[in-house]
Amino acid sequence: MEVLIASSTEEICELLAQDSSRQLLAGGTDFMVEVNYRHRSPSSVITIDQVPELQNWHHDGNSVVVGSCVTYREIERGPLATLVPALAQAARTVGSPQIRNAGTIGGNIGTASPAGDMIPVLSALGAVISLRSSEGRREISLEDLIIGVKETSLRHGEFIESVRVPVLDSPQEFLKVGSRSAMVISVTSLAFITYPKTRSVGIGLGAVNPTPTRAKEAEAFIADYLDWESMQVDPSGLDPFKDLVSAASNPIDDHRSVAAYRRKSIGILAQRALTRVFTEGVL
Amino acid sequence: MPNEKQSLLSVNGETLTIDDAWLGESLLYTLRERLGLYGSKNACEQGECGSCSIMLDETLVCACLVLTGSAADKDIKTIESLAPEGSLSTIQQAFVDTGAIQCGFCTPGLLITIKDFLDENTNPTDLEIREAISGNLCRCTGYGRIVEAVRIASKTHDETEGGY
Repeated sequence: MEVLIASSTEEICELLAQDSSRQLLAGGTDFMVEVNYRHRSPSSVITIDQVPELQNWHHDGNSVVVGSCVTYREIERGPLATLVPALAQAARTVGSPQIRNAGTIGGNIGTASPAGDMIPVLSALGAVISLRSSEGRREISLEDLIIGVKETSLRHGEFIESVRVPVLDSPQEFLKVGSRSAMVISVTSLAFITYPKTRSVGIGLGAVNPTPTRAKEAEAFIADYLDWESMQVDPSGLDPFKDLVSAASNPIDDHRSVAAYRRKSIGILAQRALTRVFTEGVL
Repeated sequence: MPNEKQSLLSVNGETLTIDDAWLGESLLYTLRERLGLYGSKNACEQGECGSCSIMLDETLVCACLVLTGSAADKDIKTIESLAPEGSLSTIQQAFVDTGAIQCGFCTPGLLITIKDFLDENTNPTDLEIREAISGNLCRCTGYGRIVEAVRIASKTHDETEGGY
């Protein structure tokens, strides 16, 4: 295996332009498992975890731009956790301290697993992903980038440079179901984002669909049952809301859980997140 | 060329020249099978068990999930660097005193993890201790004595103001 250590984004562009079959390596928490188990043995690897532009994030007006090699560890605490709390909550549920020190947000997106913990949050936040290649830059929504189970629309020679999410300064929640509170891959997960300006909510579903999914019907339905002044929800809307969220899921049976449990639990997570933010009261 | 320095690896303060063929291996394999550093244990090879925990540029990681080539130019510290030959660090002594070691397989990974944790949090709660060791599996102890050892190590440190 040839190992090339990139030190700038230009260098990554150049190395991929020479040979687009080269494998990019960020935190290694997914890729190295495949190498260790002999599931993959690429002839050439480009390590990108030492590229300063990719390791940084910056607060830019109403949004935060997070470099693709920013680790869960950096997202779960400090200023980023204040700016994008749901992303921090999700990052905190990933693996163990060892895994969070290594794993990156760009790796989570690029791996494109339906159970990726960043995915529902980025979906509910309407994240925009910046892609880079020797041809230049382009921006794409998460939904257009992740097009199947572990499948992306990245073109040859293209890589994930950064992720842009809005800074909203309003309540956000992330909830996850698993067999332990650490070291667990999601059975189901859910992000709940409030948008006070438009008096709407964003609901991202995790591990219940092959690609990033918002519960759009549930989002539209519940809007009529919310009071943004008192931050209350009319309880009569809760059951239909829960059912609409479950209906937006299309889960599978696998070694981690069964479809019926995933469908039921995703609705319960949505209701739980909603009532953490909006107290029940007759409007 | 980006590769010109790849044949060097810095392990426990020593700079070693390594074979280019090792660059595509996991760092755990290189440490154990090439360099004879058997303290970092090999169990799951997927980051689940924490028994190969090491410090890479002062960051706690699983050596099995690091590509040796990407560790070139980084500072690697393994369990072998925890205390001078023939002596025990504060945490090691606390493990002995509390009986936190049974079969011992998970111990090196736990010691590295706990040192990293106590370096940052000198007065942890039990919940914080349990969260800190959540990536280190022990199938013998049930964790009670390990948590007790961390408590004792943090107090000993307070009294002596030494390192862990």
